[in-house]
Amino acid sequence: MNTWVYVDHFKGTALPASWEAIGVGKTLGTVKALVFGSGVEALAKTAFEYGADEVLLADDPALADYRAEAFAATLGKLAASGTPDLLLFPTTTRGRELAGMTAIDLKTGVMVDVIALEAADGKITVTRPIYAGKLLTKETCSSKPQIITLRGRAFPKPAQQAGKSGTLTKVSAAAGDFLTKVEGYTTAEGGVSLTDAGVIVSGGRGVSNNPALTPPAGLDEKQAEVWRAQQGFALVKDLASVLGAAVGASRAAVDAGYIPYPNQVGQTGKVVSPDVYIACGISGAIQHLAGMRTSKVIVAINKDAEAPIFKLARYGVVGDLFQILPALTAAFKKKLGK
Amino acid sequence: MKIVVCVKQVPDSAAKVVVENGKVSWGDAPLVINPWDEYAVEAALRQKEALGGSVTAITIGGEGSKDALKHALAMGADDAILISDPALVNMDTQATAQVLAAAIQKIGGVDMAFFGRQAIDGDAGLVPAQTARLLGWPALTLSSVIKVDGGSVKVERGIEEGRQIVTAKLPAVFSLTKDFGEPRYPSFMGIRKASRAAIPTWSLAELGIPAPVSVIAWPEIMNPPSREVTCEVISGGSPQEIAEALADKILAEKVL
Repeated sequence: MNTWVYVDHFKGTALPASWEAIGVGKTLGTVKALVFGSGVEALAKTAFEYGADEVLLADDPALADYRAEAFAATLGKLAASGTPDLLLFPTTTRGRELAGMTAIDLKTGVMVDVIALEAADGKITVTRPIYAGKLLTKETCSSKPQIITLRGRAFPKPAQQAGKSGTLTKVSAAAGDFLTKVEGYTTAEGGVSLTDAGVIVSGGRGVSNNPALTPPAGLDEKQAEVWRAQQGFALVKDLASVLGAAVGASRAAVDAGYIPYPNQVGQTGKVVSPDVYIACGISGAIQHLAGMRTSKVIVAINKDAEAPIFKLARYGVVGDLFQILPALTAAFKKKLGK
Repeated sequence: MKIVVCVKQVPDSAAKVVVENGKVSWGDAPLVINPWDEYAVEAALRQKEALGGSVTAITIGGEGSKDALKHALAMGADDAILISDPALVNMDTQATAQVLAAAIQKIGGVDMAFFGRQAIDGDAGLVPAQTARLLGWPALTLSSVIKVDGGSVKVERGIEEGRQIVTAKLPAVFSLTKDFGEPRYPSFMGIRKASRAAIPTWSLAELGIPAPVSVIAWPEIMNPPSREVTCEVISGGSPQEIAEALADKILAEKVL
């Protein structure tokens, strides 16, 4: 099968799911990687090292920033003349949008956020979660090319083979007067991205309940609650920092103003699948469980032994997270030699 | 400012959704307006309040889908249109986008079309960008801040790395994230108005398009494999003891 893989990146740093997609493409046949940007030839080299046979490199100042219309036009132009059987995208904000637009341009469909796939006679059947993972569906696409976005961490990342090379083909960006202009960026608070994270430490409403704390004078009740929660999240962040983990949160914690929305895990937040998910003070509403139930090892720390989160947890601690978390951080520091 | 907001009726996010005899069931959980679409309605109403104009809510579905439109009306939308046709079943996202794009064109003179970022049933998140592509309008997806200035708009879009600030010319398509701000509750007066509203129904013939062809099929829908876990409760005499034991257990899983 002739597979094209879109390499998603931000300012030259690839999102790891792009390399996972090259790995999937290689199991099906030959892979052409698409690298669009400005000054991104290094990314083409890395694509070869992850297994791409050929790279189509559109290196053009007009592609310096991701813009849906400009990128879709370039991709559509290439695909119209290159006849791929299959187009793979990582399920990232850009990958999903570009896949959708490209499907319109090529008059085909998209199978989105796929977690497993099998190919027979050039036709692919995928499995993907719906209802935030409460259900799974199989999907097929009757038109060509088949377009698929792959969920990050659902497929193994191929080993990087230093120095491996392939055919580099330079292509031009689609010309045009595109309707959008990128003015700049505001960057997220540092730290590990939730969807790529191998380990996530999450906090819920319970992180605001530390009775041992006395808020500074002059705060009203709500401000005092948020202040308490921030002290609680500081403990969550300490553990995350020792483990190199991302920080997550329940919807309740986000809605209460304890932590910004980009940290929310669940049906109306991010769906995550880390190796280890440590839930602190999260009771486990069905919407939250839907967003993290495929995590490999789930650890729950909660003072309520009846909390639904314990039904998914491999390890549980029924106790006071304000005492357990600092002790756990100290224990990992010691054991991991940090 | 002529504004359209596209909404969908879905099972409540708290529903326990299962497959029974090959069919999706959500028990007696209510059907509600897609939670993301409430943010889209809110964004549409705020633009109208700032700039004047009108907000029209549209959806595709059967008679029952009118409830999602009534929610939008109760929040403050001016009018609503139900797109309904026996041919509109089992649609994939590009088919849905074709219908919505045709409806937006039929409404005519639309400056801004708002969507929730995705529907919580299918979770595809493709329809806003695909509708924009069909209309030839800029797709300003995952927007959290929207500022209109004459015929231009500036948005902040949520991306993995933070936010991207983008300007574009109107008309444009927007999809909204939760960062935009909490949607308002329907007012008592709004609910009364919505209950009395006449909601016209448009068929494919009235849209002037043939039935769109879906290319994605769903041969099988399944319950996810059950997670067979027994929770091992870690206890001990002190927090330190518990933490030591828990850290050892996690390290023994060899996933760190």
